Amino acid sequence: MKRLGLSGNYAVAYAVKMADVDVIAAYPITPQTTIVEKLSDFVANGELDAEYVNVESEHSAMSACVGASLTGARVFTATSSQGLAYMHEVLFMASALRTPIVMTNVNRALSAPLNIWNDHSDAMAERDSGWIQLWASSAQEALDTTIEAFKIAEDVLLPVMVNIDGFIVSHTYEPVTLPDEGEVKRYIPSKPLTNRLSPRLAYSVGVVGPPEYYYEMKYQAVDAMERSRQRIKEIEADFNRRFGKDYKDINAYYMEDAEYALLAMGSMTGTARVVAESLRRRGERAGVVSIRWFRPFPFERLAEILEGVRGIGVMDRAVTPGGPSNPLFVDVASGLYGMAERPVLQSFVAGLGGRDVSTDEFGMMFSKTKEAARSGRAGPCIYVGLRE
Amino acid sequence: MSKRRLKGWKEIPMGGMVTEPGSSVEFDVSAWRTFKPVIDQSKCTKCGLCWIYCPEAAIVIKEDGRYEVDLTFCKGCGICERACAPRAITMVKEESA
Ligand code: SF4
Ligand code: SF4
Repeated sequence: MKRLGLSGNYAVAYAVKMADVDVIAAYPITPQTTIVEKLSDFVANGELDAEYVNVESEHSAMSACVGASLTGARVFTATSSQGLAYMHEVLFMASALRTPIVMTNVNRALSAPLNIWNDHSDAMAERDSGWIQLWASSAQEALDTTIEAFKIAEDVLLPVMVNIDGFIVSHTYEPVTLPDEGEVKRYIPSKPLTNRLSPRLAYSVGVVGPPEYYYEMKYQAVDAMERSRQRIKEIEADFNRRFGKDYKDINAYYMEDAEYALLAMGSMTGTARVVAESLRRRGERAGVVSIRWFRPFPFERLAEILEGVRGIGVMDRAVTPGGPSNPLFVDVASGLYGMAERPVLQSFVAGLGGRDVSTDEFGMMFSKTKEAARSGRAGPCIYVGLRE
Repeated sequence: MSKRRLKGWKEIPMGGMVTEPGSSVEFDVSAWRTFKPVIDQSKCTKCGLCWIYCPEAAIVIKEDGRYEVDLTFCKGCGICERACAPRAITMVKEESA
């Protein structure tokens, strides 16, 4: 096993190289660029035998990925923010045509104003595109999750988006352990996918689906996503066994006896843990819940983890203007609706456009959540750190 | 179109692929038409341009060499009328035809 100092983006590039992809089609965009830059190095140096397709836009990048994937090739792309938004219509085709594309989305705010820093508005806007969405909050997790993503995508025949926070994960260098290459090959062998386009197997794809057929075709992808819940669990368990890890749908910290907790996705959960630890030292029963799979959303396990917890502060790094609440909150609230005794949910918005969220602000969120837990009532959404 | 039992989501090939070639023969497009092409056989020189240009392959060549329109597949676009140099093809409004 090799240990290297890698940024989150380079860790992803190493994972893609180990996955021995056949086709990479990408367009540069900050803060994703260094992923595909590194991959182009690998291809140019002969370290990775892949077709590297330079395209003129993200729309074309995703279109090329769909075409390549339909031939059975193992395909990768990466993007951020406006680039993901520009792929929007093709994302829906990728999932409905059941192409197992793996894409890293380095989370970045959407314009305007133009902002290259981190928030989750790009991924949240693609919530309904039919892509599996996984979230990694360190360079090591980014590498491991990317390797898993190929296995998941090719097993359930759905595209997988691996999200990492822009700059916070993408550009931070960390010690990263590279898994054993032979073991990676055994975990995701490069075998041609069956039932794919080839000169021997001709068929038409992307056909018109009139009202008599569209519904059934769409439902196939809905069903695949539902069935993926169980498969991802098994594939992840296999990964954990082979590589000595402990990845799951939700990471729960100090939740065994928690009275209240903060729930979030991505790197913010790291700061939340640090603050929860100091609260614990003061005798507070604070916990942290980190969602790793956003699609399929693990609402059943979330309900199990939150059994007996009185209050949850849900931190969104994106907004749904005019909605009843923000995207993560909405999923948590509707996911927990069936619980007999639901915790009180307090909504927070934090860190938009790369705004730092300080430990003091986390302290405030914990105490507001505790207040809600104790009083049994939550207030309106709190926009953390917003100047009036 | 004949009334057939439509396939359910479990039976349709994954991703809505069409696995059999030439399946468009099952698709009657005649209802799309407002105008239909009528060929004046006395003016037709049998040049074949309408046959080449028709995007639906709706122009058929009969055994005796006559050019005719298969109205099940003609969508009424009028391209054949434009392609026909001796003006043997006229687009005629459906109800008045
Ligand atoms: S009208 Fe259009 S579709 Fe019909 S026969 Fe002429 S070219 Fe073909
Ligand atoms: S284009 Fe006109 S002349 Fe030529 S074959 Fe068709 S109908 Fe006849």
